[in-house]
Amino acid sequence: MGSCSSHAARIPDVDSIQRETGFSQASLLRLYHRFRALDRNKKGYLSRVDLQEIGALAVNPLGDRIIDSFFPDGSLQLDFPGFVRVLAHFRPVDVEDHGNRDPQEPEPLNSRMNKLRFAFQLYDLDRDGKISRHEMLQVLRLMVGVQVTEEQLESIADRTVQEADEDGDGAVSFLEFTKSLEKMNIEQKMSIRILK
Amino acid sequence: MPSRLFFDNLGAILTYAVVGTLWNAFTTGAALWGLQQAGLVAPRVQAGLLDFLLFGSLISAVDPVAVLAVFEEVHVNETLFIIVFGESLLNDAVTVVLYKVCNSFVEMGSANVQATDYLKGVASLFVVSLGGAAVGLVFAFLLALTTRFTKRVRIIEPLLVFLLAYAAYLTAEMASLSAILAVTMCGLGCKKYVEANISHKSRTAVKYTMKTLASCAETIIFMLLGISAVDSSKWAWDSGLVLGTLFFILFFRALGVVLQTWVLNQFRLVPLDKIDQVVMSYGGLRGAVAFALVILLDRTKIPAKDYFVATTIVVVFFTVIVQGLTIKPLVKWLKVKRSEHHKPTLNQELHEHTFDHILAAVEDVVGHHGYHYWRDRWEQFDKKYLSQLLMRRSAYRIRDQIWDVYYRLNIRDAISFVDQGGHVLSSTGLTLPSMPSRNSVAETSVTNLLRESGSGACLDLQVIDTVRSGRDREDAVMHHLLCGGLYKPRYRVGLLQELFKNVFSGSRGQIKLEGYKASCSRHFISEDAQERQDKEVFQQNMKRRLESFKPTKHNICLTKSKPRPRKAGRKKKDGMANTEATNGKPPRDLGFQDTAAVILTVESEEEEDSDSSETEKEDDEGIIFVARATSEVLQEGKVSGSLEVCPSPRIIPPSPTCAEKELPWKSGQGDLAVYVSSETTKIVPVDMQTGWNQSISSLESLASPPCTQAPPMTRLPPRSLVTEESQAPLNLPSDLRPSFAFPTSLAKAGRSHSESSADIPQQQELQPLMGHEDHTHLSPGTANSHWCIQFNRGGRL
Repeated sequence: MGSCSSHAARIPDVDSIQRETGFSQASLLRLYHRFRALDRNKKGYLSRVDLQEIGALAVNPLGDRIIDSFFPDGSLQLDFPGFVRVLAHFRPVDVEDHGNRDPQEPEPLNSRMNKLRFAFQLYDLDRDGKISRHEMLQVLRLMVGVQVTEEQLESIADRTVQEADEDGDGAVSFLEFTKSLEKMNIEQKMSIRILK
Repeated sequence: MPSRLFFDNLGAILTYAVVGTLWNAFTTGAALWGLQQAGLVAPRVQAGLLDFLLFGSLISAVDPVAVLAVFEEVHVNETLFIIVFGESLLNDAVTVVLYKVCNSFVEMGSANVQATDYLKGVASLFVVSLGGAAVGLVFAFLLALTTRFTKRVRIIEPLLVFLLAYAAYLTAEMASLSAILAVTMCGLGCKKYVEANISHKSRTAVKYTMKTLASCAETIIFMLLGISAVDSSKWAWDSGLVLGTLFFILFFRALGVVLQTWVLNQFRLVPLDKIDQVVMSYGGLRGAVAFALVILLDRTKIPAKDYFVATTIVVVFFTVIVQGLTIKPLVKWLKVKRSEHHKPTLNQELHEHTFDHILAAVEDVVGHHGYHYWRDRWEQFDKKYLSQLLMRRSAYRIRDQIWDVYYRLNIRDAISFVDQGGHVLSSTGLTLPSMPSRNSVAETSVTNLLRESGSGACLDLQVIDTVRSGRDREDAVMHHLLCGGLYKPRYRVGLLQELFKNVFSGSRGQIKLEGYKASCSRHFISEDAQERQDKEVFQQNMKRRLESFKPTKHNICLTKSKPRPRKAGRKKKDGMANTEATNGKPPRDLGFQDTAAVILTVESEEEEDSDSSETEKEDDEGIIFVARATSEVLQEGKVSGSLEVCPSPRIIPPSPTCAEKELPWKSGQGDLAVYVSSETTKIVPVDMQTGWNQSISSLESLASPPCTQAPPMTRLPPRSLVTEESQAPLNLPSDLRPSFAFPTSLAKAGRSHSESSADIPQQQELQPLMGHEDHTHLSPGTANSHWCIQFNRGGRL
């Protein structure tokens, strides 16, 4: 519609973003407005502080890691395409896409593999491609309540790594990670409907 | 019922339940009326539009009983199951309201129905359903609250659950609200808290009693149905009505499902595909509710009642028998996604939680208060207020889902290990990184501990109870032997010794003997040949062990120090250091009385669940490693050198080993393998080390989920041992079970004084005595005095 496209036209590079992420115009618009709302000082980009000011994220055990995932490679500024690119991982999977997707094109950002890769990166902080026992322990520490002691956490971490680890290297690689989650309905568990 | 799935799909469930039922009712009623207008229904069926609508409303309700029975057989995927089942549960409100509304309209006469009545009807739908749910939630709250305080009166827990749930039903019925919704909400609401609060026995009792009662009720209903079918005075046949009804319910259900699914798929993350829709429409079975409602019709108001009854009977029979029987082949033919019975893995649980948090965070970033946001908020509210209010303190403390899964996995591994004929001393090939067969020995103690302590860990102990391995038989033999020996006032140690030597070989037998002797020491009245024999035996044992075992570098740490550092959360890298630091007594002094003592100490602290878990841990330690301990201690080199601390060589130091157990494999895996293999006759393959270590450490942690808040204990185990022994002289038979069980039995004895704050003064008072005893009891030369002392102490107490 007229008003919609004119708004959307305000978003820089809207077409390339749309192609890359697969968001609809309406979703992109909503995200753009949200981006602008978060950007308190109207800098044109988001910094970590802006995201940290979202109150609910502060009480989320993985809040900090999620914020970090928006700033890949240690960058300090988050522009709109970057913002949308991360959020694109949570777009619901389009069932129809699979039929007529061009195999030459890279996988859409919200494919199962990419969703899992995003989650994997949340665990794998040092980006070595493996979740070591230490990293697993850190995540567990974040997520498990205070009443579980350190030793218990270590046992749980050990067992978790051992469950998933197939080649016996004491760490969980991405493939092992996906394998351990093959029964889980990732498409549902890692999608937000509103981001269609 | 999986509540998470239920709430995840609540939108779909509500749609089908409310909209679907309304649609079915109206269309079926209208179609039947149209059929009558068209003359296909005999005119003797005197029914007007309202009557048909009434009939439509009662025939359109999908029955939860039938659905559950059929779908349990079929094993479709969980989403499908929960949608159909949830629909059948929630449509009760709609059915009841529709039925009542139509009934009252019929009574009023169709001419008198006014517009306001329709509105009142719609309003009553909301009142009935929401009111029923509210009643259920109130009773859920009550139930959770009362079960919080039933620790001392465990026996009434199942009763409470039944009564309050039934009370919810009755209250809703009384107020003409939806009773099924009330009971459903009661169950859904209180499940989490009641499960945490009540004991395992109660849980099992509730579960199986409910299943039995449900089975009985279903059977009776269908029997009534069958009898009514045969009793032709109750019904009148009309072919047009019957066939028409059958056709219409199938047709309109299918149509309704298709339409609603099309609408729902616009909003769902995972759309329901065609096959799911087929299963959903085919799985709409009618059942007892429809029959009950039709019987209740008033014949004077509704002259066509008999025809309706006949139709209902046919419909119910048809759906249940024909549809129920054919749904399974249909599901197979259509290749419906079946539910995969996968065991819960720790990974999945952990990652599921992670994803929940991620999604909640992303929703926050996007600024959208979606499902996950509210879910997260609810979880926080629950954690902060509700759980504290409704869950027992001990259960609340150890409440953590990841931990629960981990715990259950360990138990499962242990059970399967023992099921494989696992035997600590006999199995040479562990296929699972599971706990040693201490399980079978410990089952009496660990499981009892778990039961008594009412820990929040969900452990289906009935499984453990039925585990019978060779170990148990041996234990039984041993027990009988010992029992036989016990009742003789002055039994002949020599004879028993011989028996033991013959029955059990190796160090195990010796240890048992020692344990036995230790336990029955109080029966010794005089030092005579018995003690001489003891001395000889001990010397022989020591020598043998020295020769056979290689020295390891395990630290012997005092078991008693174990709980304290644990509670402090310290990493015990060096058990020795801990022992020395926390326990003034030299480690060597711990005999296996000490082990038992440790266990007992912890046992007696049962008022706190953490303590009981400590006890389990202690039990595990003691039980597993008692035998080993002996040799271990021996080869530690204490025999060679550091005996200055204790005059006697480490003959019976299971306890040090016990304590040691937990630390060594924390410090080094390599040690463990050697340790184990040299120790017991069981060989743990090297590649199982990791798993073994994990199991052991998990065992320990298993025993002590909530450690942080436990008050530091200062009592020394030996004292408690003495206390235990003195306080439970009659427990000797159980005490005399194989040494592996020795700590267990002592633990059991310990358990008998759960509120053992009284023990503390006793123990402290006995401390000096114990200390004295410690120094002496281990020496073979002083075995006499050892036994004497023990006996004396017992006498004194």
